[in-house]
Amino acid sequence: MNVPDWIIILIKSAILLLVVVTTFAYAMLAERKVLGWMQLRPGPNRVGPWGLMQPAADAAKLILKEDLTPKTADPLIYRLAPFISLLTAFSVYAIIPFGADASGAWAIGNVNAGILLLMAITSIGVYGISLGGWASGSKYPLLGSVRATAQMISYELGMSLSFIGVLILAGTTSLDGIVNAQVHQWFIVPQILGFLIYIITAVAETNRVPFDLVEAETELVAGFHTEYSGLRFGLFFIAEYVNMLTVSCIATLLFLGGWNAPFGLTMIPGVVWFIVKISFFMFFYMWLRATLPRFRYDRLMAFGWKVLLPLATLNLVVTAIIVALKG
Amino acid sequence: MRKQLYNVGAILKGLSITFKFMFAKRPTIEYPSVKKQHAPRFHGLHELRRYADGKERCIGCELCSSACPANAITVIGAENTPESRKSPGERHAARYEIDELRCIFCGMCEEACPTDAIVLTPRFEMADYRRGSFIYAKDRLLVPPEAGVGTPPDERPNGIPADLGRVAEVKSTIDITAGYGATHRGEILKTQRRGLAG
Repeated sequence: MNVPDWIIILIKSAILLLVVVTTFAYAMLAERKVLGWMQLRPGPNRVGPWGLMQPAADAAKLILKEDLTPKTADPLIYRLAPFISLLTAFSVYAIIPFGADASGAWAIGNVNAGILLLMAITSIGVYGISLGGWASGSKYPLLGSVRATAQMISYELGMSLSFIGVLILAGTTSLDGIVNAQVHQWFIVPQILGFLIYIITAVAETNRVPFDLVEAETELVAGFHTEYSGLRFGLFFIAEYVNMLTVSCIATLLFLGGWNAPFGLTMIPGVVWFIVKISFFMFFYMWLRATLPRFRYDRLMAFGWKVLLPLATLNLVVTAIIVALKG
Repeated sequence: MRKQLYNVGAILKGLSITFKFMFAKRPTIEYPSVKKQHAPRFHGLHELRRYADGKERCIGCELCSSACPANAITVIGAENTPESRKSPGERHAARYEIDELRCIFCGMCEEACPTDAIVLTPRFEMADYRRGSFIYAKDRLLVPPEAGVGTPPDERPNGIPADLGRVAEVKSTIDITAGYGATHRGEILKTQRRGLAG
C-alpha cells in the first residue's frame, strides 16, 4: 500500500499536537503541585484522584467564560494575537526530533538548518505578546508589550550567541546532527558557560519568573494579557507552557545530548531519556518560580546587555579559537 | 565581581531551601474529610438536655435569655399540667429559640442555667443558605429521646464527637492544657453555684 507523504505528515502532526497539548495540561498541573509542595500546600487535589482531572476542569472553565473585547481595542489584531503566539509555539514541534532509530530522527520534518529555523520561529512568538498588548488599547497591557519587546531583543542575542558555540563544536545546524555529535560527550561539558547562559536567557524568553516582567502581576495587573479573558487568555497560557517545553527541548538537544543515554545506559530507549531530560528542565522552571522574586526592569536589561552578552561573546570567541587550533 | 558571586551563592541557597520544603511535612488538614481536634470545652452549637426519664431539663425560667449578651435566646415558658408534664418542675419552655447568627458562643447561657439544661456542644458545622434557618427552635435543639440525655458540660468528650468524622492526627494549635484549665474553672464555678443553691 502506497500512502502519500502528506497523509503521513498529517497523522504525525495530529499525534504530536495531542501529545504536546496533553503535556501542556499536565505540566500546568505539575507546576501547581510543585509550587504547592514548595509552599507547604498540597496543591490541587479535589478534581479526580490526586487532582489529575484538574486540567480538564480548567479547560472547561476557560471555554465557558465570556470572551471580552475592550471598546478601545483594535479588534482584528486583538483577536489574532493569541493565535500568533499559539501557532508559533506549536509549529516549532514540526522540526524537533524526539529520538532516533536506524531510519533516522523521529521528527515530522528533518530540516538541515533546523536550529536556525527554530530560532526564527521562536522569535516570531514575541509578536503575539507585543501585538496583543498593543491592540488591547489599555495602559497596562501596553507597558507589558513594550517590556516584552525590549526583553526579547536583549535576551535573544545572548541566546543566539550561546547556540553558536554548540554549532561550532558540532559543525552542523541540523538538530539530529547536533545530537549525533554528542554521542561521546555532551556539549554541556565543553560549553558549560554557554549552557548557563542559555538556561538564563531561556527563562527570559519564556517570560517566566524571575524574568516575568511582561506579566508582572504585582505591577502591571497581568501585563500583556490583562484584557484577555476566556479561551483567548487560555491560548496565551498554552503558548507560555508550550514555549517552556520548547526551550526545555532545545536545551536537551543542544547541551544534554538529546536522546543519548548517559553512562552507557543504552538499554533504556532514547526517547525515554529525552523525556527525562525535558522533565528535569520543566521542574527547574517550577523550582525557580517557587524560589526567586522578580527582577527589577532596569537590572534585567543591564544583566542582559552587560553580563550575558559579553559572557556569551567571550564563550563564542574562546570556543572558536580552541576549535581552530585543534584543526 | 565578589558581590556577583555572592549573589549566585544566595540563589543556590534559596533553591536548596525550596527543594527541602518540597519534602517537608505539610500542616494542611484536608477539612471536610479530616477534622481538627478541638479544645475539650469548645463552644459550638447548643443542645437542650433531658433527664434520664425523658423529661426536659429546661424549666422555662429565662435565666439564659437574660444572661445572653447578644440577646440571641427567646424563651416562652408555660405551666406544666397534670395531663402533659414536659419537665419535672412546675414550668417548662413552650418555645425555646436561639438565633445562632446573633449568638457569640460565649457560654453564658450554659453558666446561667440552674438545671444544666442548655449546653454548648463541640458541633460547629451549621452553614446554611438562608438566614431563617439559623434560628434553632426546640425541634433542633432538644436532644431526641432516643439519643439519650445529652452530654453534661463537665463530662464533655475531648474535642469532636465521634459522629462528626475522622479527626486529624495533628496536635491542635490551641494549647490543650489551656482547655483543661477551662474545665477546671468550670468545676469551680459549678461548686460555687452549688454552694449558693445549697
